[in-house]
Amino acid sequence: MCLGIPGEVIELMAEHEDLAMVSVEGVKRAVNIGLLREDGVLDLAPGDWILIHVGFALSKIDEAEAKASLDFLTGLGDAYTEELEALAASDIT
Amino acid sequence: MTEDLLAESSKSQVQDLGPSIPTRANWAEEAVAAHAGAEHLTREEQVLARIAKARARKPKIKEKRITLSHGAGGKATQTLIEAVFLDAFRNPVLEQLEDGASLATAAGRLAFTTDSYVVSPLFFPGGDIGDLAVNGTVNDLAMCGSRPLYLSCGFILEEGFPVADLQRIVASMAAAAQAAGVQIVTGDTKVVERGKADGCYITTAGVGLLERPTVLSAAAAEPGDVVIVSGPIGDHGITVMLARGELDIEADIISDTAPLHELTANLLDATGDGVRLLRDATRGGVATICNEVAVASQVAVVLDESSVPVRPVVNGASELLGIDPLYVACEGRLVAVVAPDRADAAMAALTAHPLGAGAAVIGTVKDDPPGLVLLRTTFGGTRIVDLLVGDPLPRIC
Amino acid sequence: MKFVDEFRDAGTARVLATKIAALCEPGRHYKFMEVCGGHTHTIYKHGLEDYLPETVSLVHGPGCPVCVIPMGRVDDAIAIAEHDDVILTSFGDMMRVPGGRGSFFDSKAAGADIRMVYSPLDALKVARRNPDKRVVFMAIGFETTAPSTAMTVLRAAADGIENFSIFCNHVTIIPAIKAILDSPDLRLDGFIGPGHVSTVIGCRPYDFISAREGKPLVCAGFEPLDILQSVYQLLLQLGEGRCEVENQYSRVVPWDGNPKALQVIGEVMELRPHFEWRGLGFISQSALQVKAKYATFDAERIFNVPGVRVADPKACQCGEVLKGVLKPWECKVFGTACTPETPIGTCMVSSEGACAAYYNFGRFSRERVKEATHS
Repeated sequence: MCLGIPGEVIELMAEHEDLAMVSVEGVKRAVNIGLLREDGVLDLAPGDWILIHVGFALSKIDEAEAKASLDFLTGLGDAYTEELEALAASDIT
Repeated sequence: MTEDLLAESSKSQVQDLGPSIPTRANWAEEAVAAHAGAEHLTREEQVLARIAKARARKPKIKEKRITLSHGAGGKATQTLIEAVFLDAFRNPVLEQLEDGASLATAAGRLAFTTDSYVVSPLFFPGGDIGDLAVNGTVNDLAMCGSRPLYLSCGFILEEGFPVADLQRIVASMAAAAQAAGVQIVTGDTKVVERGKADGCYITTAGVGLLERPTVLSAAAAEPGDVVIVSGPIGDHGITVMLARGELDIEADIISDTAPLHELTANLLDATGDGVRLLRDATRGGVATICNEVAVASQVAVVLDESSVPVRPVVNGASELLGIDPLYVACEGRLVAVVAPDRADAAMAALTAHPLGAGAAVIGTVKDDPPGLVLLRTTFGGTRIVDLLVGDPLPRIC
Repeated sequence: MKFVDEFRDAGTARVLATKIAALCEPGRHYKFMEVCGGHTHTIYKHGLEDYLPETVSLVHGPGCPVCVIPMGRVDDAIAIAEHDDVILTSFGDMMRVPGGRGSFFDSKAAGADIRMVYSPLDALKVARRNPDKRVVFMAIGFETTAPSTAMTVLRAAADGIENFSIFCNHVTIIPAIKAILDSPDLRLDGFIGPGHVSTVIGCRPYDFISAREGKPLVCAGFEPLDILQSVYQLLLQLGEGRCEVENQYSRVVPWDGNPKALQVIGEVMELRPHFEWRGLGFISQSALQVKAKYATFDAERIFNVPGVRVADPKACQCGEVLKGVLKPWECKVFGTACTPETPIGTCMVSSEGACAAYYNFGRFSRERVKEATHS
């Protein structure tokens, strides 16, 4: 029920101002983007990614934040490997 | 206004609303009473041991009415088969509960199977109910290790069903029969009033020749054996689900319905008596077959999630719908359990045939814990793959 | 899958696991509650607990909106469905939840027209296609789903659809968390905070948890690395003596939430004075009902709903499991009277319920499972 899936906006549909065609790994579905339209302004374009929940877009995925999250996660890995290498290279005797 | 909602909500408090006396759910009280006296266990291992025992007990059917779960191929179907049909018809052949019955006659050994087709919609990308009827029956015979020979088919038609649609279905059946090298030699037709048959239902029976001495059985798996699937899973189930049109989802995917008799023949020729079991992964999918093997052979089946072939589009649709591809039906894929020293020969035989091009080793058989299917997730964690309860995708085949 | 696969990488998980173990003080046991049913599901589906040290336990909370629906409300919905001209539409998870007389599934087998839908918009479509029927949508979910229901009602109003209504069972998350914090039986070190609910309400509503209650909270995404990272962040806070609300799911959750979503909820719905939660009792200001302005879309005003209260069987301990006080296997009826095939309580029937997750995915001694899969 919490099910929220990231999907890519393919097309903003002309017939209906609140609908966009969205693709999830090639599976296409019309999604209602009305919750992303505030005061008549919609900041959404094909190629953007959104979070889909029960047929509605709840949020636009912030790609910069996603990259930052991933960088943090892999960075942990780098720091770790660096530490291991440093440990291997050091000699305290 | 929106701030009000959050602000008010943060003032919530648990309340005692006084003496309104609630009624009780009798069915729940009875269910609890039926297990009364079962002493409360305090250690996790004891609870799990009790569950294992409970699951091994003789099945009893509790529902008063048939529900869609009974047709899903999972727990409810199994219980129905064992508690109602097996109980009434009991005989040693039926008790095997394989895809087809192996019959010894004076003329030689035959394989005999039956199937019904209620798929909705009747026509879908990649095929129709006619293709399913022929291929499905041929496949059950092939999974017994036999050479499929003859099919029967019975039609239950709804008043008002277009003759043109019937002709389309029958043409598909003729083409499928030719491709599979079988003949449809007898049949029956009934018509029921409008509203009673959803267009067309088809029932088949099939007979094949058991030319090889190999005996295939779900009870034959041994620790060390290898589990192989012949190609990407879930294509058929997802195709039919999307074709129903209720979900407004489009995807570039077609049913995988196909006759597997050549594939099985090649596999059996290449591996001799090294194949323990063949099953086509229909209702309930790969997960259900693995569970049947684990229980029948009292072994553990350990699957590796990253090795299971799934097309990205099937993955996407499954994520969107919240279902697991391991449980989704295929109509042209088989699962084989093979002795470890024949695994390479098996894979070579499968991948050499167009219908087996995507074959992959997806797991192994271990001796412990018996009766369970485990999954090593792509994430590196572990979980159990239990039998399905309920039906995520009704009327798939 | 983009934004999914990267957050499932096993290599990164192993590194994180080492970092997590390094942050644990020797001799100390940590208990973090993950509130969302979706988090419970992810943890078991991916076998995430294999990456956590023995000293860190994850406790499952009441954030499963199906799990908190009392039996009486299921009965009410069935009573509505039993009208000859009614089509009841519902999400799949609700279909097998047992009420006092059985589930939607049982009722369907007995002849009621009950259909599964993926979205409230699908329910509206059923209404358009069946003008001679009255279509009712069983609306469940926290603030994550309420905006979608509200938007659907607004669409129905705009298009003049007269045969559509909702049976509103939306609940709000803060009261659920407050009920946990007020519970005397539980000692928690921190919270893995709701993910998708926060997309709507933002992160500010959780401030009171760190400020007044002294527990850190990290809003977490739903991929396994998201949850591991959130555990890491919680341990970091505890180690550094901090107590804050942090947003790990920043790629999806805006700190201020979604103002439009909150606005549409506020337009169509209002808080009920009180609502009964399964296992938690009556909580004031914790659930939503349709405003008078949209009365023609309110199934409770259109139909005569029995409003019967059905008590949980005495042996049912869903309440304690929901509050994280009991582990699933500690419930007296777990695995005997209550199994996924024969569920007594909602924790066993919902795909996000702790008992179902444990029974279907996590059951069996973890050592044996690990041995079998890693050898």
